[in-house]
Amino acid sequence: MTTTLAPTLSEVDLPRHEELVEERLVLWYFVAALTFMLVAMLAGILMGLQLIRHNPLPTIELLSPGRWRMVHTNAIAYGFIANAFLGLMHWIVPRLTLRPVFDRRLSYAIFFAWQFVVLATAVGILLGEAQGLEWGETPVWIDPLAQAGLLLVAINFGAPIVQVKGPLYVTLWYYLAALVWTFLTYAMGNFVPEYFVCGSSAGAVGGLFIHDLVGLFVTPLGWGMMYYFVPILLKRPMWSHGLSLVGFWGLAFFYPLQGIHHFLYTPIPMFLQYGAVLSTIALEMVVVTVIINFVGTLYGTGSEVLRNLPLRYFYTGIAFYFLTCLQCALQTTLTFQALIHFTDWVVGHAHMVMFGVFSLWQLGAMTYLVPRLLKTDWYCPEWCEWHYWASAGGLLVMAGDLILGGLFQGWSWAALQPWESSVQVSIPFWSVRMVAGLVMFGAHVLFMYNLFKTWQKSRAVTAL
Amino acid sequence: MFEKKSGILLIAGVGFFAFAFLSNAVIPILMYRHLPEKTVKEVVNGNIRYQFEDLAQRYPAAFEAAYGKPPADPQQAGDWYDDKCAEALEIGRKVYIGEGCWHCHSQFVRPVSNEDRRWGPVSKSWEYQNRLQRPVMFGTRRVGPDLSREGGRRSNDWHAVHFFKPDSLSPASPMPQYPWLFEGAPDQPNARGLALLTYVQWLGSWLESYPYYEDFNPTPIKSVAAAAE
Repeated sequence: MTTTLAPTLSEVDLPRHEELVEERLVLWYFVAALTFMLVAMLAGILMGLQLIRHNPLPTIELLSPGRWRMVHTNAIAYGFIANAFLGLMHWIVPRLTLRPVFDRRLSYAIFFAWQFVVLATAVGILLGEAQGLEWGETPVWIDPLAQAGLLLVAINFGAPIVQVKGPLYVTLWYYLAALVWTFLTYAMGNFVPEYFVCGSSAGAVGGLFIHDLVGLFVTPLGWGMMYYFVPILLKRPMWSHGLSLVGFWGLAFFYPLQGIHHFLYTPIPMFLQYGAVLSTIALEMVVVTVIINFVGTLYGTGSEVLRNLPLRYFYTGIAFYFLTCLQCALQTTLTFQALIHFTDWVVGHAHMVMFGVFSLWQLGAMTYLVPRLLKTDWYCPEWCEWHYWASAGGLLVMAGDLILGGLFQGWSWAALQPWESSVQVSIPFWSVRMVAGLVMFGAHVLFMYNLFKTWQKSRAVTAL
Repeated sequence: MFEKKSGILLIAGVGFFAFAFLSNAVIPILMYRHLPEKTVKEVVNGNIRYQFEDLAQRYPAAFEAAYGKPPADPQQAGDWYDDKCAEALEIGRKVYIGEGCWHCHSQFVRPVSNEDRRWGPVSKSWEYQNRLQRPVMFGTRRVGPDLSREGGRRSNDWHAVHFFKPDSLSPASPMPQYPWLFEGAPDQPNARGLALLTYVQWLGSWLESYPYYEDFNPTPIKSVAAAAE
């Protein structure tokens, strides 16, 4: 933003990029994120092989697929997505606020503390110490440390944001709110159902946690970076500021009200289930306004999406976002739930959200930022193209396959067929998912290798 | 207000979050305050005690290694079994969570999709008001069947062999093997194995209709008596 503002503010002494952004840390976060993605994908492959009954190492305790399944989800949420967001925030927040983060040493302390939290989570889960809370399997003795880490993150990024005078840019609304929400969500989800309430009430809180983790941590940080990068890449402002307002406030109000839709038809009171269903459908309306705003921003320059790879990542994610939210508004109805709850439909939905939307956005931002961080172009830009097509294509096949497979599972159960036939009918779908997953894994390895070669190249350039 | 720090921090950040927590979490908590949380000892019932003592008879060496010997006095032995059973339930739940069982097996029967015909009575809130359901083990995915009515449906031997090598009993099962819950053979469960067996047999043991077999019908005594008249 500084560059676009510079001509009009030429008299003002703007801080230089080098004083604002700790570039080394951004790169470190990216490397950490990509490494945990590698771990998460390997874990997914192990669980996938188990499901199609081809687990090569079935009798080793530390390689138990059930434990690695939890490593899979936690490494994605806290290892990949959180690390990538933290790296991106170290780039975006100082450049938007024109102020460095609260304390540079604190930034490094947070980096190492967070890697410790994620590693300890993985080790704890592999030793059988998981906490009985979905997406929060982090062993209970790590939770206070993670909570303290989130407080430090809020201070480190909150300080420059609250020092801004006057109205904030859209990205900073999302970021400021997300700093508060993430802290509150983590505290609520990890402590309330563990220590204070049991049974259906714990289920209600657990549902809120699963949901808020996506809705109040990942989603606002994701949209925050979209509102930052898309106008920069297109060199034009957002189409409608009014719709940006509707999008933010609609999300802020409706998103946290939906937690219970993860546990429909449970003993949780029915009127609360209806409330969650209605606010889910209401949020779909809000999402449509956000999509319209981004499509409106692109309008007239659509061919940029074909030429510009990071932009293509972003708009692919936006398309998947529209699909997942549309799917969400339908699948949350009790009619759909009767059929698809407990099936792979939901697993397909989760992959489309976490990988198809947020991971693609982050990978796109990495594709955009790595040449700027390393001061040299990608070692092989063509490999970046391969990475895009294999990741997005693989995800499309995987999500579509699982969603379809879920329907067959649901029908098999409702028809009271023997349980085994619901497994038999799944095998072809699980096999296709395995192939799609291996394609995505291959793309990821290629991307990491490309990053390594680019880093080598940048070293050679500086050595000259 | 809508673009200012104070509005975003206080209304969206704190206010909306608090509103959601009040309406979605505090309300059910208040609604169930007449159902206080039972301790693990309070959920030990006659059905699970029967299964637990069955474990002691089937696997005497393993049982003694894990829990020691019961006192000779029958009254004291009864209390002793209750204590050890509660202990086993707690460890069993930890194994159930640690191995990720709950990611492939749910613990609630829904009133739709013919689930009550497959598994038994639809789940009620009171069933979950105990220490072993904190955090609650509802689950969100069923690769394998729901387990909330599993207790008593199959024998301890069946479960032991099944945990050791699932596809020896269910040929098409994608369930992983758990040999580390045993000392080399399915008839030698270790302390964790015994605890998990106890936990699985506990599920549903609080119901009158326990054990709930597939296609279970009440015993035909009444109809026989009616026919005789």
